[in-house]
Amino acid sequence: MALAFDEYGRPFIILKEQEQKTRLSGLEAQKANISAGRAVSRILRTSLGPKGMDKMLQSPDGDVTITNDGATILEQMDVDNQIAKLMVELSRSQDYEIGDGTTGVVVMAGALLEQAERLLERGIHPIRIAEGYEMASRIAVEHLECIAQKFDFGPTNIEPLVQTCMTTLSSKIVNRCKRALAEISVKAVLSVADLERKDVNLDLIKVEGKVGGKLEDTELIYGITVDKDMSHPQMPKQIEDAKIAILTCPFEPPKPKTKHKVDIDTVEKFQTLRQQEQKYFDDMVQKCKEVGATLVICQWGFDDEANHLLMHQNLPAVRWVGGVELELIAIATGGRIVPRFQELIPEKLGRAGLVRERSFGTTKDKMLYIEHCANSRAVTIFIRGGNKMMIEETKRSIHDALCVARNLIRNNFIVYGGGAAEISCSIAVEAAADKYPGVEQYAIRAFADSLDAVPMALAENSGLQPIETLSAVKSQQIKENNPHFGIDCNDVGTNDMCEQNVFETLIGKQQQILLATQVVKMILKIDDVISPSDY
Amino acid sequence: MEQLFALVLPENGFIWAPKLQLLSTTLYSMAIEKILKDDASEEKGERARMASFVGAIAITDLVKTTLGPKGMDKILQSTGRGHEVTVTNDGATILKSLHIDNPAAKVLIDISKVQDDEVGDGTTSVVVLAGELLREAEKLVAAKIHPMTIISGYRMASECARNALLQRVVDNKENAEKFKSDLMKIARTTLSSKILSQDKEHFAQLAVDAVMRLKGSTNLEAIQIIKKPGGSLKDSFLDEGFILDKKIGLGQPKRIENAKILVANTAMDTDKVKIYGARVRVDSMSKVAEIEGAEKEKMREKVKKIMAHGINCFVNRQLIYNFPEELFADAGILAIEHADFDGIERLALVTGGEIASTFDNPESVKLGHCKLIEEIMIGEDKLIHFSGVEMGQACTVVLRGASHHVLDEAERSLHDALCVLSQTVNDTRVLLGGGWPEMVMAKEVDELARKTPGKKSHAIEAFSRALVAIPTIIADNAGLDSADLVAQLRAEHHKEGCNAGIDVISGSVGDMAELGISESFKVKQAVLLSATEAAEMILRVDEIITCAPRKREDRM
Repeated sequence: MALAFDEYGRPFIILKEQEQKTRLSGLEAQKANISAGRAVSRILRTSLGPKGMDKMLQSPDGDVTITNDGATILEQMDVDNQIAKLMVELSRSQDYEIGDGTTGVVVMAGALLEQAERLLERGIHPIRIAEGYEMASRIAVEHLECIAQKFDFGPTNIEPLVQTCMTTLSSKIVNRCKRALAEISVKAVLSVADLERKDVNLDLIKVEGKVGGKLEDTELIYGITVDKDMSHPQMPKQIEDAKIAILTCPFEPPKPKTKHKVDIDTVEKFQTLRQQEQKYFDDMVQKCKEVGATLVICQWGFDDEANHLLMHQNLPAVRWVGGVELELIAIATGGRIVPRFQELIPEKLGRAGLVRERSFGTTKDKMLYIEHCANSRAVTIFIRGGNKMMIEETKRSIHDALCVARNLIRNNFIVYGGGAAEISCSIAVEAAADKYPGVEQYAIRAFADSLDAVPMALAENSGLQPIETLSAVKSQQIKENNPHFGIDCNDVGTNDMCEQNVFETLIGKQQQILLATQVVKMILKIDDVISPSDY
Repeated sequence: MEQLFALVLPENGFIWAPKLQLLSTTLYSMAIEKILKDDASEEKGERARMASFVGAIAITDLVKTTLGPKGMDKILQSTGRGHEVTVTNDGATILKSLHIDNPAAKVLIDISKVQDDEVGDGTTSVVVLAGELLREAEKLVAAKIHPMTIISGYRMASECARNALLQRVVDNKENAEKFKSDLMKIARTTLSSKILSQDKEHFAQLAVDAVMRLKGSTNLEAIQIIKKPGGSLKDSFLDEGFILDKKIGLGQPKRIENAKILVANTAMDTDKVKIYGARVRVDSMSKVAEIEGAEKEKMREKVKKIMAHGINCFVNRQLIYNFPEELFADAGILAIEHADFDGIERLALVTGGEIASTFDNPESVKLGHCKLIEEIMIGEDKLIHFSGVEMGQACTVVLRGASHHVLDEAERSLHDALCVLSQTVNDTRVLLGGGWPEMVMAKEVDELARKTPGKKSHAIEAFSRALVAIPTIIADNAGLDSADLVAQLRAEHHKEGCNAGIDVISGSVGDMAELGISESFKVKQAVLLSATEAAEMILRVDEIITCAPRKREDRM
């Protein structure tokens, strides 16, 4: 550590408890940061692509997660290093923004850092490198727009969307039935999409999972599932043309919130209160019945007596339904959430074509399906699978596929996958580099080299010769001036991604490049790390 | 390499961690700053794979010896208070009780649990098959075949094996007589590997009768199992009625014919006024007495209302206090208090009554009916027996046995049998047992391996070897010469339409159709698919990141 001394040789104390802190500065700090960032990206590198491997993560409580979703791996990795945390953030923001490509963005950032280290060794100032990267990323993003293709689909022609989702799913463990899952995802997104506003509210798609059955049993329900059963075991299990009262008030004796005291001091009072209580329950149930409800869904519990009265009046009811589910039910059935019995009117009832209770397996798990809703905008994807890990992983994969479909609806431009877009960008950036005078030129060239990292990792994970394959594809792209050539990961025999139907969304790719560049710039700008040393 | 890992078995035996101790963590983190937290560990590539193989295979070896009719039992001692002891050979139960640190082993335990929930039986087989698949995969990985290639081979093989089974299934849905005998065979086969094997004929009959009464529903809730120590297993019986483990109130009739039953869930203690959080506040003793009188009056009215239903039996989920009990006794009504929730639901189901909580409209409440209620004695205990019930769905199985351990194990065994049977009623396809399905699958898979070009064929071949391991283990557990038997079996299976399997009793290859050993197709299919899925999942892993364990306060 660099220390200042006064004329008598005593050190100046600048920082509080200076001697207990470790400090890295200058080139040393940058190198340490870079190597930390690269370490993270190296972990994810093997998960890239359709033949990528999974990681097994054991949480502090001993639960096991198996996944190859970049964001999930990093989230659960228990990272300590500050720079490594930045990389985790990077992948998370890609997940929030786009939902897919979380692995790719980290690999890309790792490659950029690796190149930066070499430039640093040559004595180029980190800020110059950062600026060069910035310019290069602009070139790459512009180039992506040039090679992007418009992508036509409509509510009737969903095939292109399915193909894109399949590309996403093929890198996950669920690729055994990617076709079915892709179709489910696309149908789900389309049924909630607002095609005119080009927007999709993913909150309307609920992804539910239940252990057991096969992955193939996964289904799309045009409606909602609730993990609850009827409040009374003898209520009907199936209701057609249900009119649903959605309540947030309990079927319980009222307890005014204001401070009060009701004292019983005479027999008469005791009796009147008793009668009032009985009448109160009767009124509640009667009120529901009067407005014509055939199903009551309530956020709170029921008193035993009320429960029986409901049963008696042939009014099936569900209790303890969570707030989020309640809202979804309200949206789907077109009903209104009613907070007080007095406000219950027929117009506020929701409608559903079919409500039924289904049980699974040998355990007595029951679920409530609310289908054919009046406003069928809300849908549920119901996942079945061999075990909990499988279901969690399928959920993550479906989430990715849903995001991809949504992005396509928002912006229907695509680029080709399999590393084709990266290779094409790399060529463009390389060519553009020569036009820039000054040191930045080197940084821009380095950027072009790091773009090659993604296809290189793809080839490596697929068991191909990385350098050989990459150079072959690159020369093919230049020779034929066709940005469709990528790495043939699945050994299909052609590396024309157009024929293989491997697409990615334009905004997803652009976001990857921009985010990776930003983070790398940030890391490069750090030249001093002060941290308390271990004690 | 072998010395690197070792099963660590501390004193209590159940916490063990086949985990690779990284001898040189610094090896690949030389230049890098440490990025994970202090106690977190990371295992990569070959080492990670090795760790998961070792864990999975260790689990397999643990449960392997319980497979088959001559499988052995395990004693499990809980770490909780009292060090309770369980004796079992049910795979799911064994695995559930283990505390495991190895992530791959956890995957296997998970699939065994799911198998238990979904089909109820085959919990050991699924773990053994997954373990064997991994054992074969380990060899292939050592021979430098990429895990992804192995996975795609396994997938093809499992699809092919499933088709092979589909072609050979027997479906006797149309023929009720034959179907029933199928069920009997399945029940016998399932039970023969359990503690009940001595009396399997008896219990098979019992289980089939119970399941047939369900009429196709898989709701095993309707079958009640009551365990009473004493007597021998043979004394267990199926009762067509319903038995409630409760006592009849004092001074009330012990026997009621043509009973009309009101099943209720209501407070029969001091019935509080719940509205507005009211409370009693008085200023003189006489007023207290008045209110008490009013309260009593209220209870009396409630009882009267209940009696107005014209019942002679009243079953309540909650307590019945002395005062109302006395009233009921006076009216000659049998009152049963504190029947738990399951009991109430079942009773309502059985007698066809509805669970009531208010009693103002006696004409619209559905009452339950049964021919006879009486107090019976089983062993030392008095129980209430409802016979001649309206809905024939529910029934009660009373298990008798020498000790609690025996009874617990008997219950698990019976539960397995009931699960399998109820699943078979829904999916009526049936296969032969005794290693026959594995041999059929292995043969088809072998054929596929020969037709498939490329490295995948090695994986497919390995799959078939893993399948053959199951009959091998069954034979080994029975103390037979497995190598010889399996070779014979393989030769037999080369003929078309052969029914050969391992006859453990005589120790030779026998005709499974003649011996009446059958298994449910649904169970076999679940075993095959889940095992492949689990193996695939573990194979795909190339890195294990273990977070630092959450710090616990030392309670010792």
